[in-house]
Amino acid sequence: MNWIVQTFASSVGKKTMMAVTGLGFCLFLAAHLAGNLSLYVGRQTFNAYAEHLHSLEPLVKVMEAGLLFFAAVHVITGLVLFYQNFTARPSRYAVTRSAGGRSVGSRTMPYTGILLLGFVVYHLLNFHFVDKTGTTIYDIVAAAFTDPVTVGLYVCAMIVAAFHVSHGFWSAFQTLGANHPKYMPLIQGAGLVFSLLVGLGFGLLPVYLLAVS
Amino acid sequence: MTKSINLTLKVWRQPGSQSSGRLETYEARDISTDMSFLEMLDVINEQLTLEGAEPIAFDHDCREGICGTCGAVVNGRPHGPEKGTTLCQLHMRHFSDGDTIVIEPWRARAFAVIKDLAVDSSALDRLIQAGGYISASTGGAPDGNAILVPQETAELAMDAAACIGCGACVAACPNASAMLFVGAKVSHLALLPQGKPEAARRVAQMVREMDRLGFGNCTNERECEAECPKEINITNIARLNREFLKARFFSSEK
Repeated sequence: MNWIVQTFASSVGKKTMMAVTGLGFCLFLAAHLAGNLSLYVGRQTFNAYAEHLHSLEPLVKVMEAGLLFFAAVHVITGLVLFYQNFTARPSRYAVTRSAGGRSVGSRTMPYTGILLLGFVVYHLLNFHFVDKTGTTIYDIVAAAFTDPVTVGLYVCAMIVAAFHVSHGFWSAFQTLGANHPKYMPLIQGAGLVFSLLVGLGFGLLPVYLLAVS
Repeated sequence: MTKSINLTLKVWRQPGSQSSGRLETYEARDISTDMSFLEMLDVINEQLTLEGAEPIAFDHDCREGICGTCGAVVNGRPHGPEKGTTLCQLHMRHFSDGDTIVIEPWRARAFAVIKDLAVDSSALDRLIQAGGYISASTGGAPDGNAILVPQETAELAMDAAACIGCGACVAACPNASAMLFVGAKVSHLALLPQGKPEAARRVAQMVREMDRLGFGNCTNERECEAECPKEINITNIARLNREFLKARFFSSEK
């Protein structure tokens, strides 16, 4: 087997792919959140932001293709790992008890991941693959969040995302070998703060839009 | 102060590797709190033998916490509830009168149950055979001192070398991964000048063997370091990842 294929097919290689793509999504989330905060300012600011973003058209297309590729790698590798890890213990323990290593985030990683995949598809159908003629993106978003069910779904999805990120962020650094006695506590702290920012930053937006509608 | 306690044991009984097993219940009466966990099992086995029943098979050897032979999952915790302890060094004073204790063997696809609590963990030996050694002649003890090693590095290597290969990390891992074991072995040798020449080949071959043997993948759950009787930490796994990527992308090792 070719050494490159062998590297990425190995257990450490698969971890590395999860870490690199996961950190890529963290960067995307940060940029997406920064952009979305303009929703709090109002209709004009958000539409101006969206327009400006789309004026960088070739770049946006390249980024979208990159995200799609990262998503494919992250989802496929994640599902392979989930299956392999499940079959690595054919007979389960009658009693399992944590010694304190696992967190809610780490314990639920595959499940939150699958839920997030479903959410991303739903989210894209809501706001990306829609007819935008004769309306603005703000109006589409504001109209969607007049429905309390949609708002509830988005809030739940963001709680799920926060848990996924709470384990994913520091875990990616550990996987890439960046575990240093000086920096690891900072990385873990930053991961916690970032997951809260993702949960609150994105999660409160639909609630705010529902409240002002 | 010595006292006696009564316990209910639920022990995994499995006649052989091909047969199916189940939890059997035993009453353990008048167990001295000074006993170790294995001594408590010895008492049960004497009773079973007198009754003409088959004694419980379990792995043990030195009974002083240094050989890595013993181990069972006690109430869901490999080597029991105490931190940094092997099963033989776990004492019955940590249990209370009337407790129910569930005792199960290490469970992983790479570890087959031989009988009851006795497990074939020779997969760990095969990992060592794949590269957990150095092949350079290092001479006698005085020659070892010819290459200077900073104290801090020696301590890090020694922390990793404390691994006794008991398999608790695999048993504790929700994914039955052997990353902490391999991480400890790779770290121990990669940190020292004697291990450096073969570092790339070692890590590439050990990871390949780990995957071939059917261990799971590490997802940084950190249960291994919490259960390791020698308290080996996951910075060794980070070092293994670094060594692996370095070997894969920056060495000529195929």
